Amino acid sequence: MMESSRSIVLTPEKSSEAVIQFSDVRIGFADGEILRGVSFSARPKETLVLLGETGSGKTLVLKIATGLLRPDSGTVDVLGECVSRMTEHGLLALRRKVGFVFQEGALFDSLTVGENVAYRLREDHVNEEEIEPRVREVLEFVELGHTMNLLPSELSGGMRRRVAIARAVVNRPPIVFYDSPTAGLDPITSQTIITLILRLRDVYGVTALLATQRLQDGFALANFHFDFATRRVRRDTGREKLGLDVTRFLVLREGRVYFEGSPEELLAANDPYLQRFLI
Amino acid sequence: MAETPLQVTQPQASSPETPSVVEVLIDAAKINILKVQDYSKLSFRSLTNLATSPRYMQDALAQMDDIGVGSLPIVLLSGFFIGAVMVLQTGSQFERFGQTSLTGDVVSLALVRELGPAITGLLVAGRCASGIASELGSMLVTEQVDAMRAMGTDPSRKLVSPRVLATLITLPLLTTISVFIGLVGGMVASVFSLRLGATTFWERAIAILQFSDLMQGFSKSIVFGFILATVGCYQGLNVRGGTQGVGRATTQAVVVSSVLIIVADTFLTKIALFLADKVF
Repeated sequence: MMESSRSIVLTPEKSSEAVIQFSDVRIGFADGEILRGVSFSARPKETLVLLGETGSGKTLVLKIATGLLRPDSGTVDVLGECVSRMTEHGLLALRRKVGFVFQEGALFDSLTVGENVAYRLREDHVNEEEIEPRVREVLEFVELGHTMNLLPSELSGGMRRRVAIARAVVNRPPIVFYDSPTAGLDPITSQTIITLILRLRDVYGVTALLATQRLQDGFALANFHFDFATRRVRRDTGREKLGLDVTRFLVLREGRVYFEGSPEELLAANDPYLQRFLI
Repeated sequence: MAETPLQVTQPQASSPETPSVVEVLIDAAKINILKVQDYSKLSFRSLTNLATSPRYMQDALAQMDDIGVGSLPIVLLSGFFIGAVMVLQTGSQFERFGQTSLTGDVVSLALVRELGPAITGLLVAGRCASGIASELGSMLVTEQVDAMRAMGTDPSRKLVSPRVLATLITLPLLTTISVFIGLVGGMVASVFSLRLGATTFWERAIAILQFSDLMQGFSKSIVFGFILATVGCYQGLNVRGGTQGVGRATTQAVVVSSVLIIVADTFLTKIALFLADKVF
């Protein structure tokens, strides 16, 4: 299993510099400006939960962070490199250090599940003898080892998202962006996806931006952690707040950061708009 | 809490100004110039990508199989009957002057210089430009192209260059086969319809050809291949409007590449005839 090969990394590195930094980022399209000065930062090994209504710009934030879209103004730094000013050639190199899970998975439909997951390794010219075990390992991690030779069209929606997660993390990137990974899924499958994200955070210390409309996704990440002793996901007790320490919320509203804070601060907020998320 | 204020000002309502006709025409011109610029950049990059790594030769081979081998049946079939119909049409005119032996000359020149490259280009454009546009368009709307970029792959290298390279190589080969099969069709028609000897037909068909004729046909097929591949890729990678947009892009790819092939054919013929006098 993957967990055995890596150390436990749960404590956020509060002293270290931000690995993702947005400074007054603006972007607009024909219909008007969507992001109007978004600023935030994420520390290493932290999970930043981006909450917001449909059209609030959550996906845009993720795409700008990966350099898939260029902001009209403002700066974006990822892993110490200024994404907003990099050339496409430079961005291609940076993106190899970042995982991206698209909302619908965006799997290559003409490739098998195994080929999809191996895609990145083949692009990096990893030896063919090494690729097969690594693909099998990561597919076992998402509990889809048996789907290796299936086509994406033969999988359910939840399975496709899990394969997308496997594809995003196969080369063990330090940062992963999740674009609404639970959107349109039933509660049980959503829970499976969130558990996977949680395990990646706790086992590999992945820094993550998680765009979602579901508040419970964020609180699941804040209130649970992966217990290495029992090898199961466990709820935080009052004394140990392992998940809470590495989870922060960012609420986007009308193109701006409306709220930024810990899960406890979000729960304590009296703002009527935020209360609507909590209901 | 965030430093930004909780109260967010409402976006200003846009003024309902009606643009004048001139403004609409200027905007349309700008959009079309921008499209030409984007197409030119993509076409240029598709070639320059081949000079530097990474190169996706496996993908290029797969495309050669799809574009080249896949197009072979329609090229063979249409080539045979075009050669035959050429003989029937020209032969009936030559019979009036008792010069049916000239049929081989005419059919050979027409096929090598003009009909072979043009018809093959148009047939492959109909089959492959549409296929390329719909495949890339579907990948675009399902975010597969973005996923590729997000994983550090340049789509112009992975998707465009292999298709362009494959078409540049296979279309001249397909044209050569089409011309040969066209001559076979012409020979069959001349033997059975005009009672002309097969040897006479072949001798005249080969004797009339000069090096400049072969170069004309060959260079046309290369240009036509480049046009149909780049137009297909450009239309596919610029799909707007979901699956409906994919359908539109597919149609556009066939229409634009076919028209461009015919337009380019005129200029290439003029250039080739000029060079034939000066160079060859």
